[in-house]
Amino acid sequence: MPTNAFLGVFAKSPIKPMEEHINKVHQASKALIPFFNHVFKEEWQQAEELRITIRNLEREADDMKRDIRLQLPRGLFMPVERTDLLELVTQQDKIANKAKDIAGRVIGREMTIPKVMQTDFLAYLTRCVDATKQASKAINELEELLETGFKGREVTLVEKMLVELDAIEQDTDDMQIKVRRQLRDVESELNPIDVMFLYKIIEWVGELADIAERVGSRLELMLAR
Amino acid sequence: MDIIASYGTVLILIAAAVGFFMAYGIGANDVANAMGTSVGSKALTIKQAILIAMIFEFAGAYLAGGEVTSTIRKGIIDAAPFAALPDLMVLGMISALFAAGSWLLIASFLGWPVSTTHSIIGAIIGFALVAVGTEAIQWNKVGGIVGSWIITPAISGFIAYLIFMSAQKLIFDTDAPLKNAKRFVPLYMGLAGFIMALVTIKKGLKHIGINLGATEGYLIAIAIAVLVAIIGKIAISRLNIDPKADKQMQFNNVEKVFAVLMVLTACCMAFAHGSNDVANAIGPLAAVVNIVESNGEIAKKAAIAWWILPLGGFGIVAGLAILGKKVIKTIGEGITHLTPSRGFAAELAAASTVVIASGTGMPISTTQTLVGAVLGVGMARGIGALNMGVIRNIVVSWVITLPVGAALAIVIFYVLRTAFGV
Repeated sequence: MPTNAFLGVFAKSPIKPMEEHINKVHQASKALIPFFNHVFKEEWQQAEELRITIRNLEREADDMKRDIRLQLPRGLFMPVERTDLLELVTQQDKIANKAKDIAGRVIGREMTIPKVMQTDFLAYLTRCVDATKQASKAINELEELLETGFKGREVTLVEKMLVELDAIEQDTDDMQIKVRRQLRDVESELNPIDVMFLYKIIEWVGELADIAERVGSRLELMLAR
Repeated sequence: MDIIASYGTVLILIAAAVGFFMAYGIGANDVANAMGTSVGSKALTIKQAILIAMIFEFAGAYLAGGEVTSTIRKGIIDAAPFAALPDLMVLGMISALFAAGSWLLIASFLGWPVSTTHSIIGAIIGFALVAVGTEAIQWNKVGGIVGSWIITPAISGFIAYLIFMSAQKLIFDTDAPLKNAKRFVPLYMGLAGFIMALVTIKKGLKHIGINLGATEGYLIAIAIAVLVAIIGKIAISRLNIDPKADKQMQFNNVEKVFAVLMVLTACCMAFAHGSNDVANAIGPLAAVVNIVESNGEIAKKAAIAWWILPLGGFGIVAGLAILGKKVIKTIGEGITHLTPSRGFAAELAAASTVVIASGTGMPISTTQTLVGAVLGVGMARGIGALNMGVIRNIVVSWVITLPVGAALAIVIFYVLRTAFGV
């Protein structure tokens, strides 16, 4: 007995997988905090283990992304635009990629972070991870949004979350300036190549928050209909 | 003429057997559509769904199934050209049943969503064409049926949209969704009870010999609605609800409340389906019985023999008990993310549309109303994803079913003619 054709009308909903995906990429970015804690102490072995963890999370997120895309053929009738969803999952996925790149580059060059910078750098990183957390919090409202038909109070609630996300991203911008200035103060005593790469890492960490904000604006566009 | 006299009882037995076979096919084929949304949204287990379907399909068939029967019997074909050829009418109706039943079983086996209503209509058109010719068919009625392909889903979709929107406004998009769910869900239950009671009173009770006046009927329907709402309220108050729930959990609790309502709309759906679709099986059978009993006279309006409605009801129940179980089992994982609040809107809308349309005597397809209702909820941005490709296939199968049913009926009709030597 093949499956009943009428019930084939109900396609697999993309909402839950989207939520699972953002949770996965947020985990990847969150793992950077213990990772850098080991880097500060130059515990390369433990740091390497965490890099592997981040890499695995990134791969899992990639598989999820592929599944979501394959689940969204043309000709689905959804409460949100298909293109918006595809764009959103692409942005979400970049968070994990970025986390993987940061960990890979730091391990690859065994970069040491100067002592004077460490406290502020960690605060800056934590704030950037907060941004990805806030993005995942907003995306996790998708199911409630579906429950309310993408209208009304629930939309207002999500809008508030996205305003909060923007505020976090602005924080990270200010913190980035501070961390760069600290590095500039000590850069003459360091290996120039290391310094170049350290600037790069600072930039990349900031991009975590930028991408998280982009995820938020994608969600905003999705709701604006 | 003489074949009716000589083979009358045999013909009735054949027609009854084939009618039962058709009803069996209806039970096997449609039950998954009628009960699928309830099982898919986890409001009912498979066992419960089968049980509800058995009770309410039978009740719908027996209590409210008489109305559409007459349409199937004499709405599509004009009885006048057949007046001189009652034997052909009898053989034709038997072949129509046989053709439609076979087509249903083939389609169920291949997993195609055919409409039981359309297969029987196609079959009746088919035999009338070869038995008498094009003048035997009421083409405007056939045009009406084709029109119903658009109108029925549209009405159903519209009602589903309204019901869903009202649930959004009253319950989901409020400060206290759970409190409002407890307050308003019993009202929806009352509405469902009212529709079911009204159709039974208006259409069914005269078959079992109870006659009520219009006012009495409405009063009793309202009384039943109030009773159902009170029972619903009690059932909801007995749910174990997690009071310390945050926003997320609150919606989960709200869905729990809707699941109670969904049990009732599933009953409605089964009832509506039984009342509407049993006619496909027993309409032609009733025609055969009438012609044989009146010795070849094709009566303008005849009562349905007492044993025919229960026979159809039993046929449907047997079909769903034996084959339908398999079909329903495939649902469990088939539907993801269909919550009770969506399913209820779709089912209530589909059931109401069937009831409204049955009142006009138009033979409609239960599957069509459901597809329309699901689309209506989708339009209200309430369903995660609907597969338009599948919907297209369903629509195509509706269109194909008419000629296929006709062709099968023609073949079987010629076989029977040769067999009886008419």
